[in-house]
Parts: sequence; structure tokens; C-alpha cells
Amino acid sequence: MTVIPLGVPRRLLEFTLDGEPVRAPEGSTILDACRAAGKDVPTLCEGDTLTPKNACRVCVVEVEGARTLVPACSRKAEPGMEVRTDTERARHSRKVVLELLASSVDLSTTPKVAEWIKEYEAKPDRFGPDAARLNEEPRVDNELYVRDYDKCILCYKCVDACGEQWQNTFAISVAGRGFDARIAVEHDAPLTDSACVYCGNCIEVCPTGALSFKSEFDMRAAGTWDEASQTETTTVCAYCGVGCNLTLHVQDNEIVKVTSPHDNPVTHGNLCIKGRFGYQHVQNRD
Amino acid sequence: MDLHFGDSKPTDEEKAAVDALLGPPESSWEGAARDEMRAADLRWARGGREARERRDLLLPGLHAINDRIGWISEGALDYLCRRLTVPPAEAYGVATFYAMFSVKPRPATVLHVCTDLACAAAGASDLCAGIESRLGLGSGVGVQRSPCLGLCERAPAALAIKAGDPVRTAVAAPATVEAAVLAASAPDSAEEEPAAAMAVPQAGDPSLTLLSRVGVVDPSSLDDYRAHGGYTALRRAFQLGPAGVIREVTDSGLVGRGGAAFPTGRKWQATAAQPDHPHYLVCNADESEPGTFKDRVLMEGDPFSLVEAMTIAGYATGAHRGYLYLRGEYPRALARLENALAQCRARGLLGDDVLGQGYAFDIEIRRGAGAYICGEETALFNSIEGYRGEPRSKPPFPVEKGLFGKPTVENNVETLVNVLPILTMGAPAYAAIGTARSTGPKLFCVSGSVDRPGIYELPFGATLGDLLTLAGVRDRLRAVLLGGAAGGFVRPDELDIPLTFEGTREAGTTLGSGVVMAFDDTVPLPRLLLRIAEFFRDESCGQCVPCRVGTVRQEEALHRIAERTGAAAAGDIALLREVGRAMRDASICGLGQTAWNAVESAIDRLGAYE
Ligand SMILES: Cc1cc2nc3c(=O)[nH]c(=O)nc-3n(C[C@H](O)[C@H](O)[C@H](O)COP(=O)(O)O)c2cc1C
Ligand code: SF4
Ligand code: SF4
Ligand code: SF4
Ligand code: FES
Ligand code: FES
Repeated sequence: MTVIPLGVPRRLLEFTLDGEPVRAPEGSTILDACRAAGKDVPTLCEGDTLTPKNACRVCVVEVEGARTLVPACSRKAEPGMEVRTDTERARHSRKVVLELLASSVDLSTTPKVAEWIKEYEAKPDRFGPDAARLNEEPRVDNELYVRDYDKCILCYKCVDACGEQWQNTFAISVAGRGFDARIAVEHDAPLTDSACVYCGNCIEVCPTGALSFKSEFDMRAAGTWDEASQTETTTVCAYCGVGCNLTLHVQDNEIVKVTSPHDNPVTHGNLCIKGRFGYQHVQNRD
Repeated sequence: MDLHFGDSKPTDEEKAAVDALLGPPESSWEGAARDEMRAADLRWARGGREARERRDLLLPGLHAINDRIGWISEGALDYLCRRLTVPPAEAYGVATFYAMFSVKPRPATVLHVCTDLACAAAGASDLCAGIESRLGLGSGVGVQRSPCLGLCERAPAALAIKAGDPVRTAVAAPATVEAAVLAASAPDSAEEEPAAAMAVPQAGDPSLTLLSRVGVVDPSSLDDYRAHGGYTALRRAFQLGPAGVIREVTDSGLVGRGGAAFPTGRKWQATAAQPDHPHYLVCNADESEPGTFKDRVLMEGDPFSLVEAMTIAGYATGAHRGYLYLRGEYPRALARLENALAQCRARGLLGDDVLGQGYAFDIEIRRGAGAYICGEETALFNSIEGYRGEPRSKPPFPVEKGLFGKPTVENNVETLVNVLPILTMGAPAYAAIGTARSTGPKLFCVSGSVDRPGIYELPFGATLGDLLTLAGVRDRLRAVLLGGAAGGFVRPDELDIPLTFEGTREAGTTLGSGVVMAFDDTVPLPRLLLRIAEFFRDESCGQCVPCRVGTVRQEEALHRIAERTGAAAAGDIALLREVGRAMRDASICGLGQTAWNAVESAIDRLGAYE
């Protein structure tokens, strides 16, 4: 989690980033330092409200003296470290990681990935037409949200958000192994037979659109989803006294989904079922 | 945590299997029936922290169900989860991680038929086809193609596991269709496996150190072990004190035999010095690298030596509890070690006061369940703790935060067993064996195209040619695989490579876990490479993209070029190189980082596909 606690100021440590000396507060990751220095390192499994699993490996950078590349999102900066973010070696791995993902997963709703594919000159098609893909059908088993695991990059964010990092419900886990690993509830049952409490906190952190509001899923299927025409209004949830912030996404005067600001110091983007999905009464006009 | 359970109930047998491990349930929350409870306990639940601290019993619990029933049903999994306060989704994730478990109904007997390298070269595919035609649907036996079973000296190999109370196992190796079918259909009447010493062609040779007792002592008798020098090293350790033991091990120059060649003394010192407590000792006996079977032979042939060595390691590093993580497919080693632990406990060699020296130490065996990745040191911790066997990111390193987040020393079986001669002969004498940078004796697992496959003990520094001559290498040698699937191939004209860590490194290859697999020119190289790629695809934990998808793309490319050479293969070889480089550079753990080594060496050194 990169939420910076208020308190005693942290000491600064010095290291080298692409040949330039930089100073970063103790405990920062290499990625924090890159961002502070205005460097754009691609990330997928890293999220602003979670401790990254460092599983996607798209953020790898070169550290002097290390045998392998290191994930910028998780490796803490150390004094005297010499980090290079844009070497041929790091770019090669990022390119191949993008190719491997794009050749096996539907990344059509993953923000920024198209840009990176262009920037790194990745060619996902080169594994040929028979390259194995996930081949998952969307799971539409409840009224609130859809799990389309054909789009899942297995970033573990939903599992961490549902489990020990936020929700403590532990409704989902990674099941199976290797290329067959999938996010699933117990016995791969429908969500309605699971421990899920429909807080939607997994949707909030999913970086690919594999998890989405049913409203969004249906509108995309119907071709009516139009992000450009949507407005976002942040307000306070009216249900209980906690006072969580809600961001209502509105298209054509209808709420189409609800998110929550990640920088809220109390909720960090998390909500419960009422705030996340209980908006129907607002637009009930009868 | 608010746990949610489905409506499925365990059968009486499933419940009995779990209760045999955990004791009877104490409350209705845990699934006890009303008449099983004491009236006062009606609403009492263990729950909370106390139950969650038993999370590490999840894997033994899954084994208990699988051993008794042959598969893990929804009701059984739910019941186990209630007993341990584990979310069912997580337990399902754990159960589906391991190849030995099934969450779908299957026959009570599973016959694991090895189709890996040594067995493939010894005709495993015909064997498998023959077995499958005899044991079709309705035979009550499920046939499962398996990675290396660690029986390569007797290739081709098959292992039958018949669920029940108790679970029964039988090994057929070298297997014929008849022997394998008999093992599966009547494990109790199958022929007894040959003694462990049969895997040691040098058995009885007085110059042996690590293998000196294999075939000489009765592996089931503590008295016999003591009569053959057993427990002199532990007495010496108590004389030296923990720091003295670490000094001896450091001075001996011992480095790890599990594959990474890390200096053992340095690891022990770093753990012993950690202020956080408790410290743990873990013995890595997961031995799943294709071609490796040395640890099995040591554990089957001289099990007490490992118990003694673990006691010394625990003493030196300040641990009072040792875990022995044993490969799930090693039933005979399990039986021998269980017997050894029981005898040592009964005789005060384990327990509250080892040898009356005021040092408390005990060992618990944990069985793996069919996952090569659990041999990776941090994946092994997760596996013991009841999580999916996925490697953790390092740092922090195990010496600081290992098992249960505590300082932990993890060593391979062979590494630990080396500590006995270090203490009995003294560090200088031990260090005089081998070369300056690779000290001591080394075990080699020789299989494939040789007349006398088995485990060989040679001082470091012998050449590959010396070893192969000893094993009776056959004519028309085409290639030698060093270090297993994660290792590399060398050519028949490279037999002067010295078998040392530095010698193999200089020759651009690796010693790895000591695998030396010889292939003659009847074995089609592309098939071998495909099998290696399949192995890594099957065994990738799936955590990181370069390995999870890269191993699949590697296998696909090798499929495409299986029948091609020269320009027709060039495009795919270039692709393999690019993917291989990213796997090596960007994977989280050693599995993904080495998954391309053997294939690369076959292309570059052997000229495969030319
Ligand atoms: C994928 C993978 C599998 C491994 N399997 C084993 C194994 O089966 N047995 C083993 O002793 N070490 C295995 N290792 C090495 C361990 O991670 C670790 O280095 C070793 O157990 C340390 O013990 P040592 O210092 O005594 O060699 C494996 C490593 C990797 C990356
Ligand atoms: S909606 Fe909430 S409870 Fe349900 S899976 Fe997602 S995070 Fe877990
Ligand atoms: S569903 Fe989304 S959040 Fe969950 S692992 Fe897949 S991509 Fe990540
Ligand atoms: S390299 Fe492979 S085995 Fe290792 S963590 Fe990554 S996916 Fe898992
Ligand atoms: S963003 Fe760093 S590994 Fe995924
Ligand atoms: S037992 Fe079959 S290859 Fe080792």
C-alpha cells in the first residue's frame, strides 16, 4: 500500500535512477521514486490501495549487481542502488510480457495496454493462430456484477481486496495451477452460492475490466457504453453514518456504475453492497 | 472473517478421516452432531485465533481425506474448513494446486505412470499405452501420467496408491504392463520393492562416506544405526556447542546440495544470529527435479542419519522444531522416517531433553502432494503453512522471515547428511576431500543409457567421464543431461568436465542437484526437449506471467519444430530465445528462470534442429 501515513517525517535515502541521483523517503519502492521523477513505468498488478503481488512483471527494471531484473512496484529503494528503467534488457522483458498477456487474454478493456504495446513494439500475433488462450465465457450469475475471466491477467488484486487486505470475506481465491489457474469461489460455484457479500471492492481494483457492473457489461454488449459521455459526481452515501464517498458514473441521466475515491483516508475506495449497488432508489421515478 | 459454508455434508468416512487427524469436533460450529457434544458446550466455538493457528493442518487434512476416499468432495472440504476455520474458497485453491488431489470423483486407486525423461527413454509411452488398454473405464483404477517419480534407476516406473484405511501403495519398477496392473489392482500382493541398496552400485565399498551405511545397516533399527557409528556426531556437536558446530560447518566449506550451492555455514550463522524467535529448521526432501533420486535412497537406506543431522542443525541454529517436507510420492521413505522418529522419541534422542543435554527438539514430517514448485524454499513454507505453494518474493530471505514468518534454516537432505562426517572427521579432514572450492563427497544420480544406473558417491573433482565409466555407459552416447530439467545438456566429447561447482560453471553448464542422465542416439532429441517443456508447463505455479504463459509458448514452439530442422526451425528458435530470455530475466523464481536452460543448451551445444 502506498498510502503515506502522517507522522514522523521519514528519512531520505539516496540512489541513482537512470544515472541521475535521486532522493526518496525510506521505505519507498523503486516505482514510487520513478513516479516522483516523472518516469513512466508500466504497471498492471500494482494498485494504489493494495500491496502488489508483483506477479505481472511488466514493471521490471535493471538493478546494478542483480542477477535478474527486479519488479519496480515491490522492490524497496536502497541507498546506493543503481537503477536503470529503460535499458534494452528491461524493455525486452516488458515487451515479451505484454506479448504473452495479449496473446492469451482479452485486453480490450485494459486501460493503457494498447499504448504500451505500441511503445514496446510488442507483437502478440507472432505466437501464431494456435497459441493457447484462456477461452473463458463471461459468468453472469447474479444481478449485480459479471466475472469475465477471459479478461483476467491473474493480478491477484481481487483476491487480496476480498481477503486480508480489505474485505476479510475471502470469497475468492486462485484455483488450479499454471496456465489453468483461475480466480474462483469454492468448487467453482456460482457467486450466489459463495461467501460473496457483493461489496464490489474487487471490481474497484480490477485493472482489466474482467470484473464489471452488470449494467456496464450489458451496455457494452448492446454497444451503448459510452465513457466519453459519462459524468462523474462524488457524493456521500446516504445509507449509514460512516459517510463513505461514492462516485456516481452517469450516462443519459442513469447511474451506470459506482466507484469510490481511492484517496479517501477512511475507506480507500472500499464500500459495502448498499453504497456500491443500492442506487436503484435514486432513479426510481414512479 | 465471516465464513460461509455450503449445504454439503461430509460422509461418515470423510468425517472419520478428518477426525482421525484433528480429534473429534468439540462444538456444533465445528460440525459436531448434537449427541456428540457435552451439553455445556452447545454454543461454544473454538473459532478465532486458536483455530486459525491450526491453518497449517490444512494440507495434512487434505491428505487424510484423499488417502481415505481417493478424492476430496465438497462436503469433506467444507467439514475440514469448519474444523480449521479456513475459508472454503482458499482451501479449494489449495486443494486444486496439487496434482495428487482431485476435487472430482475418481476411482479409489490411482496408478501414476512416469513418462519423464529416463522412463521415456526406457519405453514409457508403450508401457503407458499398454496399461491404459488393460485398465480402462470400470477397472477401478485411474491411470495418471506422472512427472519423474524419483525411481529413475529402475525406469520405467509406476506407483499405485489405493485409498482406504490405511492407504496402500505399491511400486512397479522396472515396470511391465503386468507388474503395473498387479500393483494397481492388488497393492498388498505386489512384489516387494528391492532394497534401497540396490540403487547403490558401490554399496559396501569401504571408501564411501555418505552412503557408507546404505545396505549395511538395518534401516529400521536404531540400535543397528548406533552400532555403525550413529549418534557420535550429535555427541560431538554437544561438546562443541552451537557456535562450535557452525564454525566446523563453515570451515568445512560445505555448500548446499539442493541445487543453489549456497554456503551452509553462512546460512546457519545468519539464522542463529536472528534475535526473533522461535527459529525453525526445515529439511527439503521434496526431491522432484527430474532425474534426482539421491535423497530417496538416503532416506530409505539410512533414515536415522537424517534425523541425527537435523537434530544437529536445529541445535546449531537455535531451533526446537524441525519440519521434514517429504515428497508425496515417496511412501517407503515416509514409513522408514516415521519409524525412525518414533524410535528416537522413545529413546530420548528427540523430545524435551535430547541425550540428557537439556536441549529440546522434535521433528514433524509434512508430505507434499505432487508439486515440483514446492521444492523452492519459500513455496515450501507456504505449502507447510496451508497456503498455495507459490514462491514468495525475496527479500526478505528465509534466514530472516521464513516458515511462519520466523527465522528459518532450510537445507536439502544430502546437505544435512554431510554434517555428520564433518563433525566426526573434523572440518580440515572433510575439506581435504574434493577440490578447494567444492569440498567433500558428492552424490550423483546416474540414469539413462548406462549398465549400472544408481546413486554414486565420488569426491568432487572426478570427471564426468570417470563417473560414466563407473556406471558402465553404453555405446553411441549422444548427450548427457546434467542437473535435471533445470540443468543443461553436454556432448559426448565433453566428458572431461570436472564434476565440481566451479568446473561445470566454467564449462557453461551446471551441477544442479547431481543429475547425470545419459542418452544414446536412439532417443529422439526433440521428444526429450518437448517432454522438458511439458514438465515446466505443468509445474509452473502460475503466479507470474513470464513463466505461466512463457512455458506454454515454449512448448508450443517446440511442438511446431519437433519434425523440422535448419531454416524451417529458425523462426521458432529465435522466438524461443526471446521468450526464454524474458523468462530468465523476469520470472519470480528459479523455476521460470531456468525453464529454458536445457532447451537452450540442446540447441547451442548439441545442435538440435540443425
Ligand atoms: C523450482 C525449484 C525446485 C526446487 N526443488 C528442490 C528440491 O526438490 N529439493 C531441494 O533440496 N532443493 C530444491 N530447490 C532448491 C531450494 O530452493 C533451496 O535452495 C534448497 O533447498 C536449499 O538447501 P541447500 O542449501 O541445502 O541446498 C528447488 C529450487 C527451485 C527453484
Ligand atoms: S464483491 Fe466483495 S465479497 Fe464479493 S468477491 Fe468481490 S470483494 Fe469479495
Ligand atoms: S479478475 Fe481482475 S482483479 Fe481479479 S485477478 Fe483477474 S484481472 Fe486481477
Ligand atoms: S517463475 Fe513460475 S513457478 Fe516461479 S513464481 Fe513464477 S509462475 Fe510460479
Ligand atoms: S506491476 Fe510490478 S510486477 Fe506487476
Ligand atoms: S522415475 Fe521416471 S524419469 Fe525418474
